[in-house]
Amino acid sequence: MKYVIMFTFDPELDAQVSEERMQGLYGRANQWYGENAAQIVDGGAQLQPVETATTVKYGESGSVVVDGPFSEAKEVVGGFSVIDVPDMDAAIALVRTWPFLELPGWGVEIRPILTIASQSEE
Amino acid sequence: MSGSDDAARPDDASAPGGEVAASDLLLSQVVREQSGRIVAALARSLGSLDIAEEAVAEAVEEALRAWRKGGIPQNPGAWLTQAARHNALDRLRREKRYREKLIGMLPGIDSESAAPEDSWADSFGEVDDRLSLLFGCCHPALAPEAQLALTLRAVCGLTTAQIARATFSTEPATAQRIVRAKRKIGATGIPLRIPDATDRAARLDIVLTIVSVMYNEAHLVAGGDAAADRDLADDALWLAGVIAAALPREAEAHGLLALLLFHRARESARSVDGELVLMADQDRSRWNQTLIVRARAELEQAARLRRPGRWQLHAAIAACHADAETAAETDWLQVLVLYDLLLGYDPSPVVRLNRAVALDRVGAPTAALTEVDALEGQLTRAHLWHAVRAHLLRRLGRDDEALVADLHALELTANEAERRLLAARTGR
Repeated sequence: MKYVIMFTFDPELDAQVSEERMQGLYGRANQWYGENAAQIVDGGAQLQPVETATTVKYGESGSVVVDGPFSEAKEVVGGFSVIDVPDMDAAIALVRTWPFLELPGWGVEIRPILTIASQSEE
Repeated sequence: MSGSDDAARPDDASAPGGEVAASDLLLSQVVREQSGRIVAALARSLGSLDIAEEAVAEAVEEALRAWRKGGIPQNPGAWLTQAARHNALDRLRREKRYREKLIGMLPGIDSESAAPEDSWADSFGEVDDRLSLLFGCCHPALAPEAQLALTLRAVCGLTTAQIARATFSTEPATAQRIVRAKRKIGATGIPLRIPDATDRAARLDIVLTIVSVMYNEAHLVAGGDAAADRDLADDALWLAGVIAAALPREAEAHGLLALLLFHRARESARSVDGELVLMADQDRSRWNQTLIVRARAELEQAARLRRPGRWQLHAAIAACHADAETAAETDWLQVLVLYDLLLGYDPSPVVRLNRAVALDRVGAPTAALTEVDALEGQLTRAHLWHAVRAHLLRRLGRDDEALVADLHALELTANEAERRLLAARTGR
């Protein structure tokens, strides 16, 4: 099954982490992509900081453009990848090894991608 | 379906109290005992809980008509299994995308396995199916309420109405919870299987918690007036037995089974003529010694595995009560020590409340009240918190405050027998 995994974090908490530790984690994250290449069908992308986000959303008299991310939550999406693994347990097992999960505020959301088969199973 | 045609037959509708009633009664019993197992077996071979459930539901409808007309078959369980399997195959044939799964399904279940289950030992052969389903229903990706509702539906075969009643919820909310959970399992690829060693301990803990919640819900409802919910307690006890038998090296599985056996052993003294009797006042000669012996054996089995945990500690506390011939002889110091240990595994407000009770019994009611008051806010909506507080206040001679606390408890309890007990105490 294919899943999108979305990496979320809290920018305020990340700001408290030393540059050195961050660099170390980025190094290990790169390594993680290499080690799990077989299960990562699309590396996806890392996103620019949340300050760069612009949202276009519903407005009563037509859509409006606003500054900032869609979500009001403190956590923001920092990037995403697409994985292809047998089932949810395999997805959880893979995601659990994501190096950044040792930092407070980090999380990984796992969402299955809608396919014809899973659509008709409903 | 031509259900309405069949139901309109005059020979179906007549004979009140005769064959119609008898076959319907038997059917509901068979459905209760077997549908969970049949769903589990089908779901496992199909990988789809939805199809399995629909196939079994359809088989039940067919049975209702066929048994009224032709009488009760020799082996009702096997009849239902066969019918459900045929329905599932039909559904699969209709849906071409499942064609390849047909092959996997053929050796899946046979009518032999539909023989009635007399004891836990006899049902070990089917353990795998229902246990896999249980672990799937208790997947951490599902919310705890959904885990419970889905387990009651898929593993125990309860109806939405029964689940709603057992979980103090409404039928629409329960139905929606179950539909959502099933959809999530299907759409997200949550596997219906017992996880591997690395994940098993954490997942087993969820499974054991659900079984314990099941027993407790039944216990609460059954307190005075709902004998029907005793079946739910039986299901929980049965599941605990199956888990312990299937995973003999898991100490906590034996721990939970021991705990539930201790509870069940005290059941007949717990409610007399529909009135709830507190443990201190129970006639201990009514405690079932056979079950207590079994409970102790399970606890010893758990201890031999040398992996302590919260269920073993809960069971050990229950063992302390079982050891005492009268309430006054209870070794409260040991109970307190066990609660102290338990806090290391389960620092929940309820455990702290129970520990406070033990603290009072070893002669420290003031310290106990301080501890109970510290839980204010966390347990304010729980009638037990108010009841324990009332008891401690009374012990300390603060009768007016005790009455207020008891009235709060009376207001909050959802159980009729408990309400009567509290009403008697407060003179309301």
